[in-house]
Amino acid sequence: MTDTTRKATRPAPPAAPAGPERAPAPRTARTRRRLTPWLFLIAPLALLLTFTYAPIANMVAYSFTDWDGVSPELNYTGTGNYTELLTRSELFEVFFVSGYYLVASVVQIVLALYFATVLSFNVRFRNFFKGVLFFPYLINGVAIGFVFLYFFQDGGTLDSVLRLLGAETDHAWLGTPFSANTSLAGVSVWRYLGLNFVLFLGAIQSVPGELYEAAEIDGASRWQQFRHIIAPGIRPVLGLSVILSVSGSLSVFEIPYIMTGGATGTETFVIQTVKLAFQFNKTGLASAAAVVLLLIVLAVTWVQRRIVPDEKVDLV
Amino acid sequence: MTRRTVARALVYLSLVLATLVVLLPLTVVFLTSLKSSEEMANGSGALALPDDPLNFGNYVTAFRDGQMLSAFGNTAVVLVVAVGGTILIGSMTAYAIDRFHFRFRKLVVALFLVAALVPGVTTQVATFQIVNSFGMFDSLWAPIALYMGTDIVSIYIFLQFIRSIPISLDEAARLDGAGAFTVYRKVILPLLKPAIATVVIVKGINVYNDFYIPFLYMPSEDLGVISTSLFRFKGPFGAHWETISAGAVLVILPTLIVFLFLQRFIYNGFMRGATK
Repeated sequence: MTDTTRKATRPAPPAAPAGPERAPAPRTARTRRRLTPWLFLIAPLALLLTFTYAPIANMVAYSFTDWDGVSPELNYTGTGNYTELLTRSELFEVFFVSGYYLVASVVQIVLALYFATVLSFNVRFRNFFKGVLFFPYLINGVAIGFVFLYFFQDGGTLDSVLRLLGAETDHAWLGTPFSANTSLAGVSVWRYLGLNFVLFLGAIQSVPGELYEAAEIDGASRWQQFRHIIAPGIRPVLGLSVILSVSGSLSVFEIPYIMTGGATGTETFVIQTVKLAFQFNKTGLASAAAVVLLLIVLAVTWVQRRIVPDEKVDLV
Repeated sequence: MTRRTVARALVYLSLVLATLVVLLPLTVVFLTSLKSSEEMANGSGALALPDDPLNFGNYVTAFRDGQMLSAFGNTAVVLVVAVGGTILIGSMTAYAIDRFHFRFRKLVVALFLVAALVPGVTTQVATFQIVNSFGMFDSLWAPIALYMGTDIVSIYIFLQFIRSIPISLDEAARLDGAGAFTVYRKVILPLLKPAIATVVIVKGINVYNDFYIPFLYMPSEDLGVISTSLFRFKGPFGAHWETISAGAVLVILPTLIVFLFLQRFIYNGFMRGATK
C-alpha cells in the first residue's frame, strides 16, 4: 500500500514495473501490461510514420534521382538536382520573393504588438476591435484571395477609395513584380496579423495587473510600462512569432497561387515546387527543392531555440 | 492632461483606421454580391450601393452552378471524420505517453516532437506518392488521412491537459477492477472535454479553410470542398464578380457565425494551439 500512496503524490505512471517485494504477476498479465501502451500507440505511430517520416525519407531518396513521378524507371544522378537548383538562377530567384513576405512579417509583428499593447489597456469597444482585428485570420484563404483580387482590380475597391480621396490612379496593382509582390505581401499581413495580435494580447494579459498599478504609482510612463513590464512578459511569444514568420515567409503558397498563379514574378518557393512536381513531372528536382526548404526551416527553428531557450520544449 | 487626450485620440484614430482596413474589402465584396450583372457592366463603381439590397440572385447562381451544396457536403464529411479521428489519435497518444512507462517511450516522444517541426507543405512531393500508392488519391480519404495523421499540435494540447488530471483518479478506477481501456474511456476521455473543445475549434477551422491538400489530392469536380469549389469559380465566372463575390460571402458566412458565437473559445483555442 505504501507504494500506491507514494505514486499518488508523485505523478509516476501506474503501470511501472512492480517492486521486487511483490509477488511476480502471472506471465500473461505481465505481457499484457507491457503491451497496453503500444495498443494505444499503434494507430498514431502508424500514421506518423506513414505520413511524416516515410515521405521525408522518400523525398531525400528522390532528390538524388531524375524520377518523373510516374514511370517505373529512375536513374541515380548524385547531387545533380542540387547543383541545378543552385546554379539555374530562375530556380533560385523565388527566394527573393520570400524577402517581400519577410519584410511584411516584420511590419505585421510590429503592428500586432502595437494593437495588443493598446488594447490591453482600458479602451472603449475593446472586444469589438479585438474581434475585427482577429477575424481575418479565420477566413478561408480562397475567399480572401477573391476579396483582394477585387480589391486590387482595375476600378476595384482600392482605386475607388483612392478616387474618393482625390487621387486619380490607373496603376495596375498586380501588374509589375514589385507592385504585385508588395500587394500580395500586404494581403498576407491583413490575413495573419490577427493571430500574432491575439498571442501578444494573451501574453500581455497574463502579466499580473498589480505590476501596472505599482508602476503607475511610481510614475512610470506608458512607454516605460511597455519597456519594462510588457516586453519581458511577451519574449517567448515574440520568439515564437518570429520563427513562425520566417518559416511562413519561406513557404507562402495560398495567396499568390490563388490571386496570380505565380505570374508577374510572384512565384514563391512552394508554388515552384508544386509546379515542378505536378505539372512538369520533375519529382527528383522538386524533391531536392523541398529538402532545401526543409533544411532551411529546421535551421531557423534550431537557431531560434538557441537564442530563446524555451522551457516548454521538454514535454515529458 | 492635454497630451494624454491627444495620445488617446490618436489611439482611437489608429483603431478606427485598422477597422476600416479590415472591413472595407469585405463590405465591398458583400455589396458586389447583391448587384445585378447590368449594374456591374454599367460601372457604377465598387463602392456604390446595390440598386436592390435584397437581390439574392447571385447567391442562387453561385450555389447551383458553383456546386456549393456538394462542396459543403464534402467539407462536412471530411471535417467530422478528420476531427473525430484527430481527437481519438491525440488523446490515445497522450494517454499512452503520460500514463505508462515503457521501453522506447523517449524515442516515441522524440518522434512526435521532431515531426512538429516539419512543415507539411515541404513534404507533399513525396507524401503524394504514398497517398497515391494506397489508392487514396482523388478520394475523400486522402485529406481525412492526412489531417488525422499529421496533426501534432492536437497531441500537444491533449498531453498538456492530461497532465492536470490527477493520477489518483486512474488508480481509484483500477482498484475497482477497470482495465487500461476502461480507464481511458470512462475516466480520461470525459475529463478531457475542454481539450477536446479546443481541438474541435482549432482543427475544425483549419480543415474548413484548407486549400492546399484538397487541391492537390482531389482534382475531381464532384469531390470539391468549399475551398476548391470556390477556387473553380475563377474559370466559368471569369469576369462575373457579382457571382464570385456571392460565392466568397457564402464561404465566409459560416465562419462569421461560428466566430460570433464562440469568440472566447476561439481566442483561447488558438492561443493554446500556437504556443503548444
